[in-house]
Amino acid sequence: MAIELPKGTLITQLDSLVSWCRKNSLWPMPFATACCGIELMATGASTHDLARFGAEVFRFSPRQCDLMIVAGRVVMKMMPVLQRVWLQMHEPKWCIAMGACASTGGVFDTYSVVQGIDRFIPVDVYVPGCPPRPEQLLQAIIDLQEKIQREGTTWCREFSLPERQKLPRALREEV
Amino acid sequence: MTPSRDLTTPTTVDRLRSVFPQASAHPSDDVPRVVVPRDAVRAVLEWLHGPGGFAFLADVTCVDYLHYHGATDRFGLVYLLTNLETNERIIVRTFVNDPAPSVPSVVDLWEAANWLEREVWDLFGIRFEGHPDLRRVVLPPAFESHPLRKDYPLQGLGERHNLPVVRRGEG
Repeated sequence: MAIELPKGTLITQLDSLVSWCRKNSLWPMPFATACCGIELMATGASTHDLARFGAEVFRFSPRQCDLMIVAGRVVMKMMPVLQRVWLQMHEPKWCIAMGACASTGGVFDTYSVVQGIDRFIPVDVYVPGCPPRPEQLLQAIIDLQEKIQREGTTWCREFSLPERQKLPRALREEV
Repeated sequence: MTPSRDLTTPTTVDRLRSVFPQASAHPSDDVPRVVVPRDAVRAVLEWLHGPGGFAFLADVTCVDYLHYHGATDRFGLVYLLTNLETNERIIVRTFVNDPAPSVPSVVDLWEAANWLEREVWDLFGIRFEGHPDLRRVVLPPAFESHPLRKDYPLQGLGERHNLPVVRRGEG
């Protein structure tokens, strides 16, 4: 049994439509603490033009953002600030760990530098590099867009799945 | 060639040593240096602040001489002073030792010493007696060690992993 649709009508899933809207209007929160922040600015500037991916609206208020880009090393004293900013962002929200320091601590294997922000907040995409080139950050945003389209749901059920709850890396007590 | 060269007369050190014979002068072609015993450092700094005319405290810092070749004392404290009228500079050094190394605070002489002494307390664990507010200034308040000591491991004692975790779905 086929239903005759009026001309110009498109049928899709609501989840797919909502994810399509979300992925093309990411509002980044720049959490730039080091040289990666400069590359982050370059990504937003005219040459690399993050606006092509609908993500050019950098906001410095976490209330208005849904993508946190952590660009640079995070020390122990900064971690509560980072978590507070993250908690102030509205769902649905995503996080990119930009550069070696945000992802792993990088060369700063010292007592005060957090060895990867994913130990303490959820991370969706990691960008390698020291610092990464703007193209790499653009690729990370494209990957994140694919991820949002692939698994996004209207009511954000994907965030409460058990595999999203567990931390990607074991918390170890290193002495 | 610094402009202070002509003004850096040895007379300041000579005057200081005439008042405090226990202060030993170390010749230097740059900034004159005096080493004083820990019990006299407060009086020497008071003299430099008053009659000496050193109105500006440029820095207070510390060196850990653990395992240092030929060292007899553990911590070397360094005070860098400047006389803003004559452009003279002077370095005052003293040594303190474990356990519980401490020196008198000089916050009442130079207000600038407040955060400098807090930093030395934070990173080296040297107590400044009489400091009005000896809290940590660089590291988080919950930190317990003094990480610039040479016997503190570079990668810490696990403090950097001992933070609360935010998971998906919170907030």
